[in-house]
Amino acid sequence: MMKRAIALLIPFFLVFHARTLVAQHHGQEQHGDPHAQEQPAAHPTDGHQTPVGGHENHSPEGGHAQTDGHAQPGGADGGHDAHGDKKEGYNPTATIMHHIADANEFHIVGDITIPLPCILYAQDQGLSFFLSSAFHHGANAVDGYALVHGDVQRVIGFPFKSGSHHLDPVPDAHGHGHGPNFVLEEADGTRYVFHEGKKYALEGSSSLLGFTSWFDFSITKNVATMMFATVLLLWLFIGIAGTYKKRAGQAPKGLQNLIELMVVFVRDEVVKPNIPQQWERFLPYILTIFFFILINNLIGLVPFFPGGANVTGNIATTFALAIIAFLVTNLNGNSAYWGHIFWVPGVPVPMKLFLMPIELIGIFTKPVSLFIRLFANITAGHIIILSLISLIFVFGNAGESVPGSLAGMALAIPFTLFMNVIELIVAFMQAFIFSLLTASYIGAAVAVHHHEEHH
Amino acid sequence: MIGSIAAIGAGLAAIGAGIGLGLIGSKAMEGIARQPEAAGQIQTPMLIMAAFVEAVALFAVVVALLGTR
Repeated sequence: MMKRAIALLIPFFLVFHARTLVAQHHGQEQHGDPHAQEQPAAHPTDGHQTPVGGHENHSPEGGHAQTDGHAQPGGADGGHDAHGDKKEGYNPTATIMHHIADANEFHIVGDITIPLPCILYAQDQGLSFFLSSAFHHGANAVDGYALVHGDVQRVIGFPFKSGSHHLDPVPDAHGHGHGPNFVLEEADGTRYVFHEGKKYALEGSSSLLGFTSWFDFSITKNVATMMFATVLLLWLFIGIAGTYKKRAGQAPKGLQNLIELMVVFVRDEVVKPNIPQQWERFLPYILTIFFFILINNLIGLVPFFPGGANVTGNIATTFALAIIAFLVTNLNGNSAYWGHIFWVPGVPVPMKLFLMPIELIGIFTKPVSLFIRLFANITAGHIIILSLISLIFVFGNAGESVPGSLAGMALAIPFTLFMNVIELIVAFMQAFIFSLLTASYIGAAVAVHHHEEHH
Repeated sequence: MIGSIAAIGAGLAAIGAGIGLGLIGSKAMEGIARQPEAAGQIQTPMLIMAAFVEAVALFAVVVALLGTR
């Protein structure tokens, strides 16, 4: 029964999969251009017609009163020196945000990435299907899409609707990590790519609400990890179910002990006390979300290849889980439950009218708090661990100072180990809390009152 | 500037959550000291409540993060 429930969850996640709402904050990668003057901070929709000349003289929105078109070394946001002789400090925010965000490729180490399939749909050009390796780490635009730090975005007004086309590197910009930079980011967050001397604005990431001209159904890093987690769960539970059949009546052995412990814990501590009358009916669902959240939390804590994706710290994933919880709760709600919402028993009529909207909002705030809690806890855990690791680079001045790095390491390693252990507790805790609260909401929805309760 | 304000907001939320966690911890310790045999029964609800209180601080962190975009 549980296996079936797990299998049922997979299509749900694929349908509800959307890119994380946490924007990749790459403010640091913005560099001015010492030779070419800065590009006009044009409106994203008409930015594609602006030529990239060496001596453009548009007055920027940044407030420079430029009278002469050359020899002015100002950066695009006016604030920092872009000559390169002044070393910029390490910016942990960009790194951290990049690591917790979803991506269309699975970055392993250095320049090694696993390409993932991109399934993109735009109304005016139909479905595109290709591997993210076709982007050549951002150097190419494929079917009018570009890769921005591992994230697919659509180029507005790109002349080619199909095929792979080279992008020009951002003129004289500093490379960031993986070779030359192909994306220019303005101070207002708009991103641009260059193709044959022309500048094209990029549309934002495809999101759950879909306020973009295209949709991203790609198997991203998070989806790939989720599938891996599902396969792992199926393998684990099918194997253990077989062991139970083989060793019927005998004491559990090996891995069976661990899983039986958790299953019995969820049954006796979570489901039975909260849904006393119909616990057998909802046990498979609660166990499924418990183990799904748990295994994704644990995989997220593994710092190397198959792990590391921030699946349960992705608001789209937790949103999907909350939608399922919402549907299960409300579709199973009995008349007493709905009566409690629309006509609270035991209070005078004006109070009933007053409580009705509050209870109605309560239906939605419960799953909302459910998904924000999980998302915030797991994301915060990832941010803390990554911040502690960033200490090495902050102290070491981005690799400039070896004693600084060593001091950073001396500080970061024990703290990271400590936080990892805390996160291990949090991983179990959040899986437990999510299933406990879902069980209590379901319990409230299906409870049969034999007597009128006092409120 | 906005980032600093967001950081102050997250810090203020952390104060509240810290007070809450302290109260939960102190009362739980008190309960366990008074009744050591009930330690097991006290610990689980204590952790649950701690997770609830902690979540409030984390909501603030999320708001701060969204505010700095």
